[in-house]
Amino acid sequence: METLIDIVLLGFLVLTALAVAKMQDLFAVVMLSGIYSLISASLFMDLDAVDVAFTEASVGAGISTLLMLASLKLVGQYEKHSRYRPMLALGVVLATGTLLIYGTLDMPHFGSAEAPVHQHVAPRYLNDSMAEIGVPNVVTSVLASYRGYDTLGETLVVFTAGIGVISLLRVSRRTKEEEKRRVPADMQQQIILRVVAKMMLPLILIFALYVQFHGDYGPGGGFQAGVIFAAGIILYTMLYGLSNASRVFKPHILELFSALGVLLYAGVGVLCILMGGNFLEYGVLEHDPVDGQHLGILLVELGVGITVASVMITIFFKFTWRTVKHKYNK
Amino acid sequence: MDFLLDILSGIFLAGGSFFCLTGALGLLRFPEFFSRIHAASLTDTLGASLILIGLMLQAGWGLALPKLILILIFSLLAGTTASHAMAKAALKSGLKPIDQIGSGEKGTEEQKK
Amino acid sequence: MNILGLYNYWIVVVLMMIGFYIVIAHENLIKKLVGLSIFQTSVFFFYISMGKITGATAPILDEKWQLYSNPLPHVLILTAIVVGIATTALGLALVVRIQEAYGSIEEYEIQAQDTQDQMESHLEAYGFRKKHALSPSNIDQ
Repeated sequence: METLIDIVLLGFLVLTALAVAKMQDLFAVVMLSGIYSLISASLFMDLDAVDVAFTEASVGAGISTLLMLASLKLVGQYEKHSRYRPMLALGVVLATGTLLIYGTLDMPHFGSAEAPVHQHVAPRYLNDSMAEIGVPNVVTSVLASYRGYDTLGETLVVFTAGIGVISLLRVSRRTKEEEKRRVPADMQQQIILRVVAKMMLPLILIFALYVQFHGDYGPGGGFQAGVIFAAGIILYTMLYGLSNASRVFKPHILELFSALGVLLYAGVGVLCILMGGNFLEYGVLEHDPVDGQHLGILLVELGVGITVASVMITIFFKFTWRTVKHKYNK
Repeated sequence: MDFLLDILSGIFLAGGSFFCLTGALGLLRFPEFFSRIHAASLTDTLGASLILIGLMLQAGWGLALPKLILILIFSLLAGTTASHAMAKAALKSGLKPIDQIGSGEKGTEEQKK
Repeated sequence: MNILGLYNYWIVVVLMMIGFYIVIAHENLIKKLVGLSIFQTSVFFFYISMGKITGATAPILDEKWQLYSNPLPHVLILTAIVVGIATTALGLALVVRIQEAYGSIEEYEIQAQDTQDQMESHLEAYGFRKKHALSPSNIDQ
């Protein structure tokens, strides 16, 4: 039964990708890419990858679609007709595809338990994770503890992307009186939307905190929680206007927080060195190594969540400021 | 008792799937935007709620039950608000419902701002 | 060579090639970014399909289950998804700035403007006055 769902959903994915290639209305292309992300999230669930499905649904169908729509508003909605027939591109694509399919003929079958990938490191993680780290969700224990160094690098990548967007979409320094001016939101007439969003916003933020701290026992963790938190704030910003949201989430405080998350993560590693262990060896943080692992994973995931949330909110604010810039310069 | 629960949840799941399918059929066959959104939003909300109730009957007394109840509440709130937002956006950008099928003027679609 | 056994990987290759085609054949920058994200997601499927074991469950330890799917590809792809969104955001910011600098986001228009700017700067270096409307094809170097 799982194979049937797998086959049908993969067929849908191919159809969606072909539709994206054909269409010229970029708005429809962005919507189709959102559908593509949602179908891939359900496929990931079917393939037993629950954490990945969670992340793909929140990131791909949420933030990615939002950012593309925001940039569509700035650059224009239609793609111009291409001037030539891309025969060379088709030839290259077909040749590469044929070679790749020829290469997959030697692969182990889908779902077989004797494949080489299941032999060496993975059984050790699955068998020893409960005894060494004591966290039921093996993905969290591998992400935050066994491969914690990679996750530090990933947090740094998110932080770097935030810095890149800040320096590209620079906001010119506003004078004090411009900041005081309350620009009315675009959506002042949307009363139903505003009321429902106000009702749902605390629940969205509580859900983000739940996902953050429940990542040890079920699907969840720092990334998903950060993205969900940012999505709640973005909903508020879209309905109540950028100036209202900027009063609560001031830009320089957001930049401070995005650096603070990375500092927390690396700081936990340095703290482990100061207490006698290696970098990011959480066992030395407490008397009982398993308790030390729990504390280390908690702090580290908190750092990741803080950075991801602040960077996503900052990126959205920068994009939105560009679209409403003309209203401030009256 | 288990057998009864299974049959009941099967009925709910089948009913929910039927409504979702008819919603999709309406989305394809109706002639213009407002009737399509009417078909899609009503039947999708009902279909999703029936499917969730069928899953609740299967879940039993555990952690999954309150989570499913919360999902039901949120999908009712968010789905209907999204349909309202779509209809309001369409009205605001100038699309008008047609008076009679097959006669009268179709609404003009201005490019969204 | 069971078709059902390798179906996943073939579809992954098809998706990868569609994404690749969008990136190299289309000229609109935003379309290229969407094609790139389709390419990335197909690679994610490849990894996750390799990690799945039939009859196993998600890698969250529980007494009722004995067989779990491989958690290592999940960790790698979690990282990859977040890095993907970071690069997409940066790419979109670049596209916005390109639009402000060149006035369009079609690749050939941007290249034409670049070539024109280069020609004009060459002309200035050689001492021609900028007022003359010289087209690049009339220049004898």
